[in-house]
Amino acid sequence: MRLLRIVPDDTKFDFMRFRRISFPISALLSIAAIALFFFHGLNFGIDFIGGTLMEVQTKAGPADLAKMRTAIGGLKLGDFQLQEFGAPNDVLIRISEQPGGDEAQQQAVQKVREALGDEVDYRRVEVVGPSVSTELLAYGTIGLVMAIGAILIYLWFRFEWQFALGAMIANVHDLVLTVGFMSLTHIDFDLTSIAALLTILGYSLNDTVVIYDRIREMLRRYKRMSMPDLLNVSINATLSRSIVTHLTVAISLLALLLFGGQAIHSFTATMMFGVVLVGTYTSVFIASPILIYLGVGSGRMEGAPEEPEPPPAATAVAPPQRSRARR
Amino acid sequence: MLFFTRWKAAAILLTAFFVCLCAVPNFFPESTVKRWPSWAQRHIVLGLDLQGGSHLLLQVDAGAVRKERLQSLNDDVLRVLRQARIQFTGRAIVGNAVQVHITRDTDVDNALAKLGELSTPLAGILGASGQRSIDVTANAGVITLTPTDAALTDRIRQAVDQSIQIIERRVNELGLVEPTIQREGIDRILVQVPGLQDPSRLKEILGKTAKLDFRMVDQSMTAEQAAESRAPQDSEVLDGEGGAKYLIEKRVLVSGADLVDAQPGFDQRTSEPIVSFRFNSSGARKFAEATQANVGKPFAIVLDNKVISAPVIREPILGGSGQISGNFTVQSANDLAILLRAGALPAPLTIIEERTVGPGLGQDSITAGEHAAYAGAALVIVFMFATYGLFGLFANIAVAVNIAMIFGVLSLLSATLTLPGIAGIVLTVGIAVDSNVLIYERIREEVRGGRSAINAIDAGFSRALATILDSNITTFIAAAVLFYIGTGPVRGFAVTLGIGILTSLFTAFTLTRLIMAYWVRMWRPRTVPI
Repeated sequence: MRLLRIVPDDTKFDFMRFRRISFPISALLSIAAIALFFFHGLNFGIDFIGGTLMEVQTKAGPADLAKMRTAIGGLKLGDFQLQEFGAPNDVLIRISEQPGGDEAQQQAVQKVREALGDEVDYRRVEVVGPSVSTELLAYGTIGLVMAIGAILIYLWFRFEWQFALGAMIANVHDLVLTVGFMSLTHIDFDLTSIAALLTILGYSLNDTVVIYDRIREMLRRYKRMSMPDLLNVSINATLSRSIVTHLTVAISLLALLLFGGQAIHSFTATMMFGVVLVGTYTSVFIASPILIYLGVGSGRMEGAPEEPEPPPAATAVAPPQRSRARR
Repeated sequence: MLFFTRWKAAAILLTAFFVCLCAVPNFFPESTVKRWPSWAQRHIVLGLDLQGGSHLLLQVDAGAVRKERLQSLNDDVLRVLRQARIQFTGRAIVGNAVQVHITRDTDVDNALAKLGELSTPLAGILGASGQRSIDVTANAGVITLTPTDAALTDRIRQAVDQSIQIIERRVNELGLVEPTIQREGIDRILVQVPGLQDPSRLKEILGKTAKLDFRMVDQSMTAEQAAESRAPQDSEVLDGEGGAKYLIEKRVLVSGADLVDAQPGFDQRTSEPIVSFRFNSSGARKFAEATQANVGKPFAIVLDNKVISAPVIREPILGGSGQISGNFTVQSANDLAILLRAGALPAPLTIIEERTVGPGLGQDSITAGEHAAYAGAALVIVFMFATYGLFGLFANIAVAVNIAMIFGVLSLLSATLTLPGIAGIVLTVGIAVDSNVLIYERIREEVRGGRSAINAIDAGFSRALATILDSNITTFIAAAVLFYIGTGPVRGFAVTLGIGILTSLFTAFTLTRLIMAYWVRMWRPRTVPI
């Protein structure tokens, strides 16, 4: 049987050459993402800004949004949004946080229930008061910072500090771009988004670590190879794995995106962008080349010029036999 | 890497088998599982987002607790100083403290000593904590008593404990199935009721303090006069039904704490819904005395500072029981009876978060999750087989065992499965496959490097496993943080992701290797089929 071969054996792409393009592009995109975050903002869900979210389903026929809008508008509850949600008889109602503390939120729900009456099924009602929303936002932010910190410390112990720093820069880059994506697409930013960001962090690091592991191995084995060549060989060697793994993750996410329902739609869409699009790119084009700038391996190539002589790597791609370097 | 002793292979297979076995109770109806021995009953709990239900987060009103504490401290100061016959002026609550001015300078030391006795040492986790309940200071004849923060926190904790008991009684009286009521942090209570679709009534019942008092109506002036000018010092103006106002004495004749029973019923003459109640013996005596002394005068039944009714006492009530009437519906009479039986909350509770999912959405989510899981698994299986052939089949076996083991571990922990949790499982398929991909790609590389088949497999495993460990630990750290900070559904995601990483590490390090070892021993391959 002929097996599917997505990446040919013994690829020799010169990934390092792209760093002169990839670094400026990433810098530009990151700045754009940060600008989006500040000027376009995130579509914060009620988890973080408080308020009420109701998902209702009309019992007979498609929902009459205009009628509902007048019914709720008459209640004078401040800002509110109505939106079709997945099906024509499914409506998502968002009501901004009511002034007057936690009790006022509860009264708002009661009023909407009375206004819409028995014509609809209440599939979901979520009310987050002001005290909780501030806390959730704080916890979410602390969580992200803690995760990055903990992973940094772990990598620092397992690798050299340059690797830890490189991985962190790469992953903050991932998170920044993903946040930019969320701002651009106006996806709901709620607790599950924090979960998505943390998972992207985990996955993208996973990828980076696999390449770093290989780089470390190569550093130990080939003492004379120039740094860009060594990185190129490492990335090429793990390329097939990277592609296959990301395809399987993409397949899993695709299944979730198509069949997982509306409730986790924004979650999976964010993951798709973060893990598959950004994460893969980052580990190859950012996390690896950045090691050069962070001075990995500079000690062993004292005096060697940045642009090395024609690579001796061509023959050295295949590890020599009988060098069972077990750690 | 490819050699397993017989007992080691057996241990691996048995572990995998038993963990998978733990998932079995999930596939039988609950009624069947109930008849099994208790150790076999552990199963996965569906989260509220999947089975539908209400999640309410309540917060004890710390301000009310503090105010009540100050009020009672104020009363204590009065009692202590009177007992000690110390003259004082200007006793008042000022900010977070009670201040009193001692008239004669010679009394100040004595007063300090007596008032100091009000301050008690606080218990810590291990014996005395070294902190006291009240700070007592004197400044030029003015003594200030400030309850310490530690004492207030203690109070709030107690209030939460009491409230939990009372909430349990109230919720049980409503006949709700399997509610979970637990403390969250210092001043919060989480109430989760599976299957509850409309929590309006529950919220109403939980939101009432249910502090019931019997007090006299002050007839020295009308309520309108009192509202316009100033109410007498020992009376206050309270609202009644339909905008009515009453001037009620502050002194409480009998309080709801003296009630032993309350039942809804109907008035025999008017057939209106009423609530009948019975006092305990001390309550009955107090009520008898009060009604004897005040025949012909109106008294008021006050619930949470609102007058329910203010009937005139026609004759002394000596039997210790009575009834409350006042514009009730059948349901509101029933609710009041429940509240009175369960007792008053020590402080008001506010609902600060509500998440309710209807059963329809829950079922839809389960279906969506199942479809996504099947589709994802099917696609991955086909893809792996297409890419790695026989080895892909091995990987697929590992993934299947993995998923079964995740369900097993979740059951062992009686963990909660949420929709994001299902997403976590689907993603785990990706992780589990990744371990195999890493191993296979490494094997291929070793083959290209010129090793013999068996040699390459051996080297591939030993090198890939180190990488697998490193890369999975980072993802695991992210999952752990998520578990720590997350609530509800998000925590469910962290749980399945974390468990998934552990099980996929297990299968990568043991099961996949074992399968490969057997295959190598059986077929003695000369080339690697990938």
